Amino acid sequence: MRLSKNLRKNLFVTAFLTCPIALYALFVLWPYLETFGYSLTNWSGLTPPTKFVGLQNYTELFGDSVFRSALWHNLLMLIVLPPVTIALALFFAFMLNAGGRAGAAGIRGVRGAAFYRIVFFLPQVLSVAILIIIFQEAYRSDSAGLLNGIAVKLGLTDAAHPLGWLANPNAVLWCILAILIWQWVGFYMVLFSAAMQSIPKEIFEAALLDGAKRGQTFLRLTIPLLWDSVQTAWVYLSIAAMDGFALVANLTQGSSYGGGPDYHSEVLATYLMRNFLTFGKAGYACAMGVVIFAITLLLSFVMLRFTRRDSVEY
Amino acid sequence: MSFAHGTTTATTRRTVLVRSATIAAMAAPVTGLLSACAGGTGSTSAAPTGPKSADNPFGVEPTASLDVYFFEGGLGSSFAKAFEAMYQKKYPSAKISADGGQNVTGDLQPRFNAGSPPDFIFDDGAQKLELNVLYTNGQLTNLDALLDAPSIDDPSQTVRDTLVPGTVQAGLIGTSMYSLNYALTVYGVWYSKTLFAKHGWTVPQTWDEFTALCQTIKAAGISPWAHQGKYPFYMMVPLMDMVAKAGGEDIMKKIDNLKPNAWHEEAVVQSVEAIYSLVSNGYMLPGTEGLTNIQAETAWTQGKAAFVPCGSWLEQEMDGITPAGFDMAVMPMPQVAGDAMPATSVRAVAAEAFIVPAKAENPAGGLEFMRIMCSKAGGAAFALDAKSLPVVRGAITPEVAAAMTPGTKSSSDLIAAAGDNVITWNYANWYPQMETDLENAMGDLMAGRIKPADFITQAQAAADKTAADSSIQKYTRT
Repeated sequence: MRLSKNLRKNLFVTAFLTCPIALYALFVLWPYLETFGYSLTNWSGLTPPTKFVGLQNYTELFGDSVFRSALWHNLLMLIVLPPVTIALALFFAFMLNAGGRAGAAGIRGVRGAAFYRIVFFLPQVLSVAILIIIFQEAYRSDSAGLLNGIAVKLGLTDAAHPLGWLANPNAVLWCILAILIWQWVGFYMVLFSAAMQSIPKEIFEAALLDGAKRGQTFLRLTIPLLWDSVQTAWVYLSIAAMDGFALVANLTQGSSYGGGPDYHSEVLATYLMRNFLTFGKAGYACAMGVVIFAITLLLSFVMLRFTRRDSVEY
Repeated sequence: MSFAHGTTTATTRRTVLVRSATIAAMAAPVTGLLSACAGGTGSTSAAPTGPKSADNPFGVEPTASLDVYFFEGGLGSSFAKAFEAMYQKKYPSAKISADGGQNVTGDLQPRFNAGSPPDFIFDDGAQKLELNVLYTNGQLTNLDALLDAPSIDDPSQTVRDTLVPGTVQAGLIGTSMYSLNYALTVYGVWYSKTLFAKHGWTVPQTWDEFTALCQTIKAAGISPWAHQGKYPFYMMVPLMDMVAKAGGEDIMKKIDNLKPNAWHEEAVVQSVEAIYSLVSNGYMLPGTEGLTNIQAETAWTQGKAAFVPCGSWLEQEMDGITPAGFDMAVMPMPQVAGDAMPATSVRAVAAEAFIVPAKAENPAGGLEFMRIMCSKAGGAAFALDAKSLPVVRGAITPEVAAAMTPGTKSSSDLIAAAGDNVITWNYANWYPQMETDLENAMGDLMAGRIKPADFITQAQAAADKTAADSSIQKYTRT
């Protein structure tokens, strides 16, 4: 019996897809489902769950003031991190690619663009572990810290009254945000640069001939033509803003997964880990995981929906 | 991993120290594997036994071979050779087979599954066998027989009498001891003898002498006190030392047992106020409330601060950073008038588990091996070869002490002077969420953001919250 051509093609495609989908289901989908199941129990993480508690973990969660402040911190990061990072990355990318003075050769970046590109991208090359060590010393809370050293030299404070940075409850989250922005600007600068380079030069040259200034070129040409990349960046940065685990867990005060002083830098991921591993409240932590999952999913959806525009063909 | 050794971070040490639940949680998958082995057939051959006597309380068959396994980590492995030599000397015809490695579970789980575990195991490291799991599956020998056996050095004493208080407690599962926690960590306040000699300062005994000295130190342009502010549990130790000394066993029971208003007791109030006075009088190294353990302790070795609170791992942790001739030493928290416990009382914690598997070929040999470890000669070998303190009393003779580094020697003197007055707290192990709340309050207190009264209110609230939460398993200090 000969199978129809269409069926043969479908079988061929299915054969190739089965393996990855099975792996994805086993290592991604199934754990998600299991987490949801565990979130309805009193699981301690030490022994199998003994009791089904329904939605109790979820109701408890929204009455938990630490959870609420962790959620608020993540939302604050969500509001600040993507726009600031994208704005800086776009600005740098534009300056490096089209910000220079127009010469005989037409459009080009500022002088030393190649050098700046490397400098801005450098943070992205460093592993998080190295970032943590660097910023541990930069933000060090006594006069031997890098930033405190500068502050003392500038006369902003004196060695007997160093600034707290990560030890200051009002500054700690902003200190973490500054690292995240510093870390991501270089990556998105490169992403936007690549996108800009694929824009035909003639378009910029035509704008120049029409007498457009740099600002106008940036707002009227670059941004609309880069919209797809900006949209992607926004989604990824939003997901990064919902995390923040590594920096908070390692740089801030507190013995298990940081979050201090007194929860002022707590994010959802650190609070989840502490409940899971330190407090032995694994079922409760699973409920938190489900909530984070739902929020992240919702955010990605909203972002994609609201930033949808007709992309420009060129 | 051993917290006596500088390679571990504060977080890891913390995990080992008071957050055993953390590791236990990660071991959940192991539970399944080991439960499977419990259903296995196991070894059915009867363990060889010889006649029991005063010199051979467990009935070791002198010709029976002995199979030992040692975790090889920060303590090294030369101390294991010393123990083996001592056993060989007692039983020359016994064949000793020794094995060791870093992955204890990987090496030994197949042997447990096959029903032929070693006769003796030093169980430690990131991949250590979970004792609760082994216990649940009936794989651990009850070590009460060891505790009740006569000591090698003085048969009129039992092994139990020769161990530092708290050792038995550290190895209890239920009401019996199942692991011998052999390495001792002593906590106190550290200073440099050289710095003190240079300025002519004397080591303070009482709180009044201490505060007067802090004033002198400050006047000399040095910060009196540094602490590892990023990890507030470091400052919880001196505070709770003072509380224990002021209120004795009574307050320790009240706090560990989450009694209402325990934190409002006078012993707590005066101690919190005393600790806070160090902040309000400006005795802190500026900025120390945000420093990591390494940063704060480094500043202390550089002479920027005179005192730092820490456990006896400090010397190892600062190895290579401490300048030559620094001559570090440790003292107990100074005494306050009216204290219930003597001035020499110190906090000490026994750790590093040694076990005898229940289904071993020669468990009597394993027990005898432990009895040898608990002799003075065994303890001395451990002190010299592992550069760590054993839980064996009187093992550090002057000859042994002469070969020790200054910090270890000072820790050894501290615990020897304490005698029976060893401070232990359980709440941090039992109730990690309460401990986290306490540490947050401590961080705020040390930064001067809250006052002693606020600290006490927050601490009591944390205890009350734990007591009221039916989902938290409760323990009782008796």
